[in-house]
Amino acid sequence: MTTDTAAESRMAPPAGVPSVPDDPFSLANLADPYPLHEKLREAGPVVWLEKYGSYAVTRYDPVYEILTDFETYISGGGLGPADRRTSTEWRPAGILESDPPTHTAMRRGLSKVVSPASVRRLRADFEPPARELVEKLVAQGSFDVVTDLAEIYPLQVFPDAVGIPQEGRENLLPYGSMTFNAFGPRNEVYEEAFRDADAVSAWVIENCERRNLSPGGFGAGIWEVADEGGITPDEAVLLVRALLSAGVDTTVTGIGNTLLCLAANPEQWEKLRANPNLAKFAVDEALRLESPFQMFHRTAAVDSTIEGMPIPEGAKILLFMGAANRDPRKWGENADSFDLDRSASGHVAFGMGLHQCVGQPIARLEIELVLQALAARVERLELAGEPVPQIHNVLHAFSSIPVKVVPAGS
Amino acid sequence: MARGMDSRTVVLEKKETMAEGVVRLTLRNPDWSDFPQWEPGSHIDLVLPDHIRQYSLCSPCEDASILQVSVLHTPNSRGGSRFIHESLAEGAELTINGPRNNFPLQDSRKYLFIAGGIGITPILPMIAAAEAAGREWRLAYGGRTRSSMAYAEELEARYGREKVLLYPEDTHGRIDLQGLLGLPRAKMLVYACGPAPLLNIVEDFCMGWPPGALHTELFSAAALGGSGASAEPFEVNLVNSGITVEVPVGKTVLEAVEEAGVRVLSSCRQGVCGTCEVPVVAGEIDHRDAVLSAEDKASGETMLVCVSRAAAGCPSLALEL
Repeated sequence: MTTDTAAESRMAPPAGVPSVPDDPFSLANLADPYPLHEKLREAGPVVWLEKYGSYAVTRYDPVYEILTDFETYISGGGLGPADRRTSTEWRPAGILESDPPTHTAMRRGLSKVVSPASVRRLRADFEPPARELVEKLVAQGSFDVVTDLAEIYPLQVFPDAVGIPQEGRENLLPYGSMTFNAFGPRNEVYEEAFRDADAVSAWVIENCERRNLSPGGFGAGIWEVADEGGITPDEAVLLVRALLSAGVDTTVTGIGNTLLCLAANPEQWEKLRANPNLAKFAVDEALRLESPFQMFHRTAAVDSTIEGMPIPEGAKILLFMGAANRDPRKWGENADSFDLDRSASGHVAFGMGLHQCVGQPIARLEIELVLQALAARVERLELAGEPVPQIHNVLHAFSSIPVKVVPAGS
Repeated sequence: MARGMDSRTVVLEKKETMAEGVVRLTLRNPDWSDFPQWEPGSHIDLVLPDHIRQYSLCSPCEDASILQVSVLHTPNSRGGSRFIHESLAEGAELTINGPRNNFPLQDSRKYLFIAGGIGITPILPMIAAAEAAGREWRLAYGGRTRSSMAYAEELEARYGREKVLLYPEDTHGRIDLQGLLGLPRAKMLVYACGPAPLLNIVEDFCMGWPPGALHTELFSAAALGGSGASAEPFEVNLVNSGITVEVPVGKTVLEAVEEAGVRVLSSCRQGVCGTCEVPVVAGEIDHRDAVLSAEDKASGETMLVCVSRAAAGCPSLALEL
């Protein structure tokens, strides 16, 4: 393919592909993405975004198809809007932005360390802090789900599981914000996230080094894989970095969004109270409905078609997991409602296929423990004010969710 | 011995030697009626004088008039295969349970089948199904020697060397797993059946593949003369729901509980992902999963309801469901 055709392909969509001027990364659309999602879903399986010269995919089936066809739709072009094979990015590509065979050794290494068996051993350590924090907040009677709980609890337990030092953990949230905001364009949201980029990055990289990781944690486990020759030392640094990048913001957001769903739907809270076994289902249904990680890009490695629509080699494709998870074609007419009786299985909130979130059992564990602790202590969970959306390029999150609680047995 | 609901008496129509140490049993109903429709990957329990042994069905699933299983002679076994090889004669009546399927073939655009030794048996109907559906597939089949590899000749003759890769170890070495699995492929599922050392290596490679791409069946401990599966029905008392559910021989705890209308989050349903772990209040557990540590298993406080069952002699489990 020549540079000319590449440039042309960025100028206009191939015949038949609907074209829209909307900006998914505008402040208004980031604050309330769902009206745009519906518009894009109804416009077609593939829609041309004029502002970015990329292809938006919002329906469930094509999102699933692209996520699972990692040979045709590669990650090595980066999860952001630029093709990182030809552009300069803020940090070297990690596991999320690599393809086989580079990806393969890292994925194998990470899967050995973060496994269902290793995660289930965390439960004993993760459970008491959830209970204690919830106990304290319930005694208060009202609190902010985000600032008092969601931003506190994961930062209490997860860095310990990785094995990083106590000091400087306040860098983790800003680092996560940089990581994920970089999957969007270099807009004002991006610039804001990168304000203290150098200091934050330096702290994170320093703490990916073996000497700073305590024995027994996931970080040290990754270095053991390097000792066995499964990965190189450079890859070990990238994998510890991946844990620290991906393991905090997402879970913070997952806890906030799950509790928002339950606070906004009192009859579902009742259902959970009546049957605490539903906690796991509540987590998945909330991740489906208010997916924390809403969108990222793939790059077409070859010319291809999506449901008959041509996608040229080199095209950037913006995948909307948050829209796919509300596609009525997949989830039915009540796709927009929170329903514990629904089977949310198959949602793409953790991605799907080769790059599917390795840490998802950890995220599920944290959210579930918070839910169980609350369900055991709280009879009614109610919103005490309007939730405030957090403006973020790809995460759908809130900066404040005020609630009041009525303790059980009071 | 308690008879499960899907238990039946069959006649051994034919017993043929398929390879060194491998016999194929062809079973039919005494009244020549058809068997229930079954899917590739299914197995039956053969109820033998002192044992119950599980064998994968290897006949074409379109032919409902017969069921075929292939049995490897393991001289050191506690008796299942020895009885079949040495004592069982054509015309004999046998009791079977099933068929049931713990190794179902999911639809996919491409398949890679990996078989070690007698592990070829569940793969045979899978290949037939993949071929009939026009799917892209390949088989890598390893064994000690060519003459010990049942069905090798006919597979190669029927499908050709492009699709059927044979690895008799004495002449061709072991299966080239690095070449086959070193680079993950999109839209391809891997179905592997064989002994534990082979499956361990396959699992290790597939950690670099999409989650869920690999499906394995250990050729069962029972078939190799291991501890043998307890095949007694039992009940589970669901303490939170306040109901008691009967778990018959042909069903998992998960299936029985779900059918009783109680929801349990599950994913792989093969004892490898850990999603369906449930706290156990009382009862002895026969752990059959690959997730819990030895310590966890010994504690008896938790179980994976997709595969684990009540231990032999324990009529009832109480679960926090």
